[in-house]
Amino acid sequence: MNRDPVLSVSGLSVTYDVDPPVEAVRDVSLTVGQGEVLGLAGESGCGKSTLAYAVQRLLRPPAEITGGEVVLHDVGGSDVDLTVLPAAEMDRLRWDQIAMVFQGAMNSLNPVLSVGDQLADVFTRHRPAMRRAERTETCGALLEMVGVGANRLRSYPHELSGGMRQRVMIAMALALRPRLLIMDEPTTALDVLVQREILQEISRLREELGFSVVFITHDLPLLLEISDRIAVMRAGRVVETAPAADLYRHPQHEYTKRLLGSFPSLTGERGDFVRKGGVTV
Amino acid sequence: MTTLELAGLTKRYRVRGAGHMLALDDVDLSITSGRTVALVGQSGSGKSTIARIITQLERETSGQVLLDGVPIPRRGKALRSYRQQVRMVFQDPFASLNPYHTVHHHIARPLLLDRVVPRDQVDAEVARLLDRVRLDPELASRRPHELSGGQRQRIAIARALASRPALLVADEPVSMLDVSIRLGVLNLLAELQEADGLGVLYITHDLATARHFSDEIVVLHHGRVVERGPADDVILTPQHEYTRALRDASPDPERHFGGGREPETTGSRS
Ligand SMILES: Nc1ncnc2c1ncn2[C@@H]1O[C@H](COP(=O)(O)OP(=O)(O)OP(=O)(O)O)[C@@H](O)[C@H]1O
Ligand SMILES: Nc1ncnc2c1ncn2[C@@H]1O[C@H](COP(=O)(O)OP(=O)(O)OP(=O)(O)O)[C@@H](O)[C@H]1O
Ligand SMILES: [Mg+2]
Ligand SMILES: [Mg+2]
Repeated sequence: MNRDPVLSVSGLSVTYDVDPPVEAVRDVSLTVGQGEVLGLAGESGCGKSTLAYAVQRLLRPPAEITGGEVVLHDVGGSDVDLTVLPAAEMDRLRWDQIAMVFQGAMNSLNPVLSVGDQLADVFTRHRPAMRRAERTETCGALLEMVGVGANRLRSYPHELSGGMRQRVMIAMALALRPRLLIMDEPTTALDVLVQREILQEISRLREELGFSVVFITHDLPLLLEISDRIAVMRAGRVVETAPAADLYRHPQHEYTKRLLGSFPSLTGERGDFVRKGGVTV
Repeated sequence: MTTLELAGLTKRYRVRGAGHMLALDDVDLSITSGRTVALVGQSGSGKSTIARIITQLERETSGQVLLDGVPIPRRGKALRSYRQQVRMVFQDPFASLNPYHTVHHHIARPLLLDRVVPRDQVDAEVARLLDRVRLDPELASRRPHELSGGQRQRIAIARALASRPALLVADEPVSMLDVSIRLGVLNLLAELQEADGLGVLYITHDLATARHFSDEIVVLHHGRVVERGPADDVILTPQHEYTRALRDASPDPERHFGGGREPETTGSRS
């Protein structure tokens, strides 16, 4: 599968300059092709979110990029190194070209604004020419798309369930039809049916618009299903990258093998659970 | 032996500009020492509302919450004692930890308030709890925003367990943990269940762990219990259409790739 790259990360390292320093991302290289879904998995604390933040250039001290570059390949064929782009330029790119659903998405909405106003705000800032009526209609359509329903436009974040808030954030990230969508544990609060509907919607949009997705999750069965390629991280490094089916059938790295082997099966055996069965009703 | 019983629980919310909605509709549920009940169901079906009513962050519209047959106290000493017995792990670890306090403070506070261990043993107990949720005790001096999502989730669990509650209401407690740590934490709860008779309400979207980790599964759909029963039965022979749909929608790589995984050569499971 040869696709034009949208994003190339090369030799990226990020350190949290605390005592003792935490080398959260170490010499990571990755590419994301146009229209591709790249899955990113790995132990809790291995540096996935730090990597995502670095790409979006949202790291704040004590985090420091100590090496490498993050190149966004522009439609016109020109390349921009995001690590050195002026802040104002970066603000323009964010949401518009690279959108992100944060891991704490449920908590990243503004508590004192209705979700409709927050969605509308994205358009006011990035699409100032859009008329009010069109904006309201688009926001309603976005909420419908993620299954929250347009009748919740006037709701405040605390009036929505955790999963509904996550879906609002997904809608917001899709609002401007970005070229690259980074999703960090975007569906932890969604039941599998709603999750499936949303992923289908994303995949439909992806076919229509050709954008790319970096999908971070601990849910390996899900990742195997939706990704073209999967990168596995361990202690700050990418230890293995392979097409999903290859990774599933022939995992190379010990850690990947362990990840695949320890999943409890839904309808099969108990696996690594110590629980013996307990009392029955 | 402690039993928390919800009887005929109903909750109505006002939806701005769209009338009312029934978030819970006549829900019965009971949690008992030494047992785990998994609560699964649609996003928005009322699971966290149940948890918030149990922990009194929200008032039911009608119905009752009884601890060992007595309506739960609304104030004073009795309420404090109730809160020590029934602890909660919130769904969102990004919102439930205080950004101004260290990890140590979060866990030491309940230890001191509830006089779980003598003062001079608090540090050691904090370290022990961190270790039990598979965190490096060195993280004690950090603040929540200096931790990854899954690390925060484990702090929330350690904090809830610190007071050695009789019952634990855990709302998606392991959703941000990789399998190996996820199993580690669930196994820890299972051990506490055996050793101290901890009772757990496990709210989750992960049907596989719901099945293997609980005695009973309760399925919620639009605020109603549509199915309940022994964990294996609910997953292996679901009766309600919604439960079947849920189960069939769970990602299954075996099915997706049509098998073909190399047999495990090392580290095969016991
Ligand atoms: N501000 C900070 N100061 C010091 N260390 C930090 C800070 N933020 C994160 N870390 C550490 O950096 C490492 C990587 O964190 P990161 O959030 O990238 O992990 P992750 O792979 O996203 O984990 P999870 O799956 O649990 O979300 C962790 O060990 C974390 O404790
Ligand atoms: N304060 C409130 N005002 C209005 N509606 C509310 C309020 N709190 C919750 N709701 C509504 O009640 C319903 C149930 O929400 P709840 O948080 O209990 O769902 P949940 O089952 O936990 O979902 P999830 O799996 O997405 O976390 C949702 O439709 C939600 O929008
Ligand atoms: Mg993370
Ligand atoms: Mg919830």
